[in-house]
Amino acid sequence: MAKVKSLEELMKIKEKSLKDLQMRDTEKKGKIVVAMGTCGIAAGAKDTLQAIVSELAENKIDDLSVVQSGCMGLCEVEPTVEVHMEGQSPIIYGHVTPEQAKRIVQQHILGGKVVSDLMVRKGEI
Amino acid sequence: MNTGEKTSIPNEVVAPQVEARAATNTILLCAGGACISSGEESCLTSLRATLEKYALQDVVKVVETGCMGMCDAGPLMILYPEGVFYQKLKPSDMELIVSEHLLKGRIVESKLFENPNTKVKITSAYDDHPFFTKQVKIATRNMGIIDPMSIEEYIAHDGYFSLQKVLQEMTPEQVIDTIKRSGLRGRGGAGFPTGLKWELARKVPGNEKYVLCNADEGDPGAFMDRSILEGDPHSVLEAMVIAGYAIGAQKGYIYIRAEYPLAIERLNEGIKQAKAYGLFGENIMGSGFSFDLEIRMGAGAFVCGEETALIESVEGKRGQPRVKPPFPAQKGVWNKPTLNNNVETYANIPTIILKGPEWFASIGTEKSKGTKVFCLAGKIKNTGLVEVPIGITLREIVYDIGGGIPNNKAFKAVQTGGPSGGCIPAQYLDMPIDYESLKTIGTMMGSGGMVFMDEDTCMVDVAKFFLEFSVDESCGKCTPCREGNRVMHEILERITSGEGEEGDIEKLETLGQSIIDSSLCGLGQSSPQPVLSTIRYFRDEYEAHIKEKRCPAKVCRPLIRYQIDESKCVGCTACAKVCPVSAISGEIKKPHTIDPEICTRCGSCIGVCRFGAISRVTPA
Amino acid sequence: MSTENCTECARHETLYHELDAFIEQNSHRPGVLIEVLHKAQSLFGFLPSEVQSFIAKRLDIPESTVFGVVTFYHYFTMKPRGQNQIKVCLGTACYVKGADKVLDRLKEELKVDIEEVTQDGRFSIHEVRCLGACSMAPVVLIGEKDFFGRVTPDEVPKILKKYRG
Repeated sequence: MAKVKSLEELMKIKEKSLKDLQMRDTEKKGKIVVAMGTCGIAAGAKDTLQAIVSELAENKIDDLSVVQSGCMGLCEVEPTVEVHMEGQSPIIYGHVTPEQAKRIVQQHILGGKVVSDLMVRKGEI
Repeated sequence: MNTGEKTSIPNEVVAPQVEARAATNTILLCAGGACISSGEESCLTSLRATLEKYALQDVVKVVETGCMGMCDAGPLMILYPEGVFYQKLKPSDMELIVSEHLLKGRIVESKLFENPNTKVKITSAYDDHPFFTKQVKIATRNMGIIDPMSIEEYIAHDGYFSLQKVLQEMTPEQVIDTIKRSGLRGRGGAGFPTGLKWELARKVPGNEKYVLCNADEGDPGAFMDRSILEGDPHSVLEAMVIAGYAIGAQKGYIYIRAEYPLAIERLNEGIKQAKAYGLFGENIMGSGFSFDLEIRMGAGAFVCGEETALIESVEGKRGQPRVKPPFPAQKGVWNKPTLNNNVETYANIPTIILKGPEWFASIGTEKSKGTKVFCLAGKIKNTGLVEVPIGITLREIVYDIGGGIPNNKAFKAVQTGGPSGGCIPAQYLDMPIDYESLKTIGTMMGSGGMVFMDEDTCMVDVAKFFLEFSVDESCGKCTPCREGNRVMHEILERITSGEGEEGDIEKLETLGQSIIDSSLCGLGQSSPQPVLSTIRYFRDEYEAHIKEKRCPAKVCRPLIRYQIDESKCVGCTACAKVCPVSAISGEIKKPHTIDPEICTRCGSCIGVCRFGAISRVTPA
Repeated sequence: MSTENCTECARHETLYHELDAFIEQNSHRPGVLIEVLHKAQSLFGFLPSEVQSFIAKRLDIPESTVFGVVTFYHYFTMKPRGQNQIKVCLGTACYVKGADKVLDRLKEELKVDIEEVTQDGRFSIHEVRCLGACSMAPVVLIGEKDFFGRVTPDEVPKILKKYRG
């Protein structure tokens, strides 16, 4: 890996990573972020992540990246999963069990419909 | 809308929102007085017509709601499922909203509701929740947003730009001056000015110095350091390099609890990635400055959160505090000048450098600048981690951000500062939270753990719990802490067993004060605080335990008894089956009774009774 | 330690080898004792006096120093533990949310007290200091990484089942 020595070089990495993050010029059509802090894991995020990965594989979806992040601070609704599809605002789901994770893949990823009853919003948090 | 401040949705419109979740596509149109007068009805007509035009009338549900509270932006509309907020609507906008938003799934930017204070456009209802809007994220800016195992994502969010600025454009003195002017104070608890600490460490002569990060987050109820390290390890690593440059140190240590394996793993990965980019280790960014660090694992000793004990432990010894002075800035690790800050303090540094000290100092109160991360736990609805401007009131934390106390119970107190802090009772709900005001009411900011208590929490029991902790964690070096706390604990044990005597409260007060006055380190000096502060605010509970042998919260087992209300009991036998000691007897379909002699007060029966027939009574 | 069981002594020999290699690699770093003890405990499961004297010799420090450090820190133990160490968090938040009742249920299910090992050697129960997952209180940690949050006493048998095999 090339060592970073100047502001310009740092800027280049930033721009490239931003592109990746916003899924521009990449083959990915979206990403699924699972919060994997200790709180998430305690609430069962490992099983949720597993369920998402296997459900995607079963449906032969390979243009989505599944990534992990830290705690969002919303520990109450862990495990949380954020679905970020190209061109759409990200949707945060809470209390995502492995079964619900499958539903998210089926309904949101495949069917294009937000799973409204799992969304994190007023009244729940 | 009269104040111009309130932008959250009032409760009147929550109910239709809940209903809206059931249907896939629902449009809520505000039909409050102000919206009607600004043209809501003609918008509704136009919306209905447009939906019909696209044959959407059956799949999209339109609901008129009560006032959404942001009247000067009316007519207003919320589109579910996404919860997108549109404002200042005209009948002619309906075509655009239906064709763009509903059919193509694209948000109509030009009509988005804008928060009048922050000028931030609200794309969804959860952005507008006070849980988010009341927060200002500096130390936790990247948490939950970036992949902690990817340095590229950290760089994409302006990571390592501060380091570049510091190494290539600033002198160490300028860095220290920036931190001083920002007004940042130590987030580990005591609130010592960070810039001053850095300056002291820089001024001590010597070419072998150390930068230390205290990640021995021991306070029960505090987990921000863990979350920051797990969610954004690079922010701490970057700050430590900056600190090294500022004070003239090439080596650092992160002292972290062994209980945090995930954080350790992510830190190690972070160091590896940063080294690969030349942002860590030898000759950083070609500047000639080198900095490396080692991770040292703790082994479960609370006292190691005290800085001199921590230094002993980093050196591989028993973590017993040293006598101060000399302070770590003069003689720290290996008796060399050492700078020690905690995780949250470091996590603030990169943003301060990048956005400038004036920006940071504009947040917070006169004496306490910036934000503080609090961990909400215990009897509160939204448990979690929040970062708020210092000076926010406790009420805002409890009710706006925290969502209140669950099960409609009353707020009783919040414990801050862990075993070294105290309780804040309900009468101080409107007090601003900062270093100084917390001290005046007998507690402290501490690391920021907030454990909430409701009417079912016995304050004497809680005080005993903390003291047990301090007794257990006392390192044993000095007598007041080692013996004094033990005696205080014995007295509390008596009180909670119903054997308290007149004069016990006074004994606790005198003894507690002497421990504070004569202990060697911070742990000892603060260990009686939970007892003293609960006596101060909940003296009546202590008196009830001692004089009437009564536990008002019905927690202390020797002071309560379980009883079955004959008029409510239907004789279903559920309680008798679950009782581990067979203390409940009775015939099927006839009221049961509990034998208090056999009963161990485990409470299993209450949990299974579906008729609410079992209750706790005090005195026993 | 039994010497008549030869698979056991062979196993110990490899463990000592591994510990020795770790010390070899790290002994140049000053103040490395606590890390060596962590390594040793992860290998042996606990720190019997034989292991402590081995470490003392290899690091060239008095045995009393090693013993002093082992007994100072809660994390280190001189008693054997179960294959699955069940750690019940007794931090404030967990306490307020009823961790003591979960602990009682665990003791009842496994028929052992705190710091004791079940007869089959599979489990031991330990009280631990705040695990920093307070928002999930009450929390139980099994081994090093299996966190269980919002545990109720009634969930205890279900959790144990996963480890009973």
